[in-house]
Amino acid sequence: MTTIPIIEKILSANDRLAAENRAALDAARVFAINVIASPGAGKTSLIEQTLKALAGKLRIGVIDGDLATSIDADRAAAAGASQAVQINTGGDCHLDAVMVQQALPQLKLDDLDLLIIENVGNLVCPASFALGTHKTVLVASIPEGDDKPYKYPATYRGVEALVINKIDLLPYVPFRMEYFRQGVETLNPGLAAFPLSCRTGEGMPAWLDWLAGQRRK
Amino acid sequence: MHELAVTESILAITLKHTPPGQRVTAINVVIGQLSSIVDDSVQFYWDIASADTAAAGARLNFRRLPAELLCLSCGARFGLGMPAEDGFACPGCKSEVVKVVQGEEFYVEDIEVEG
Repeated sequence: MTTIPIIEKILSANDRLAAENRAALDAARVFAINVIASPGAGKTSLIEQTLKALAGKLRIGVIDGDLATSIDADRAAAAGASQAVQINTGGDCHLDAVMVQQALPQLKLDDLDLLIIENVGNLVCPASFALGTHKTVLVASIPEGDDKPYKYPATYRGVEALVINKIDLLPYVPFRMEYFRQGVETLNPGLAAFPLSCRTGEGMPAWLDWLAGQRRK
Repeated sequence: MHELAVTESILAITLKHTPPGQRVTAINVVIGQLSSIVDDSVQFYWDIASADTAAAGARLNFRRLPAELLCLSCGARFGLGMPAEDGFACPGCKSEVVKVVQGEEFYVEDIEVEG
């Protein structure tokens, strides 16, 4: 018997494809974000409100991952996306770099400034699969509870921005913001965080400024 | 579903490193506590995915690495309760300035082959 040392990351194939996606986006000068969250946190609402606010200023494309329907891509198109593509994962719990690679040719990248990829609603799997986007944005929400950083540490570690949605519900839901923020800070020090409400619009300007600022970098 | 992609990736890495004519008897995989993979499911898919390959019937060994935090105030290293009911504060000095130093590993460490 012989032992062959390897030390190879198990998702390296996905990472390679993600790097190809990134190269395609960079070549077309498109800034891309991957939006992840549990179901119902408000991914689609955030994207809708972002589109409504920025549609006149930026050309924004949306790729929507969903188990089976095109409801989210339809909402994105209605809210002002210049191009919207639906990926049905057929039951898969996350998008991966292959699916995005297959969706990109359906977009005219040269006609876009910003690409928003809405991942499947799931707090576990999307964290493991890079897509090739420039930033991953996690949408948390007040009703989910303040313990989520502690329960899903890998997800909170792997993101570059955090939206805390539904702050209009803070008076009605027990949510210890300090406890929540301490968990986030330990896992991901200095993470940009945007408490906001997609429903009332409170806090949206800071998020929109961050997004527009990132695109210029 | 996630575990199927993982299983196929382990198989691809294994076969890439298997010398021609050799048979794989064991694969040693390292999984950090923070990398949310269920090893039972991987084992389940493995038997199907590896059939008719040089790795058919190979034993999958998983070495679990616990998550470990380092206290930046007093230097203590400590484990991470999951979920951490009391937060991530250092059990020694109660400082909340801590960082994750272990637990995100997810790789094939080595394989065992025979002729």
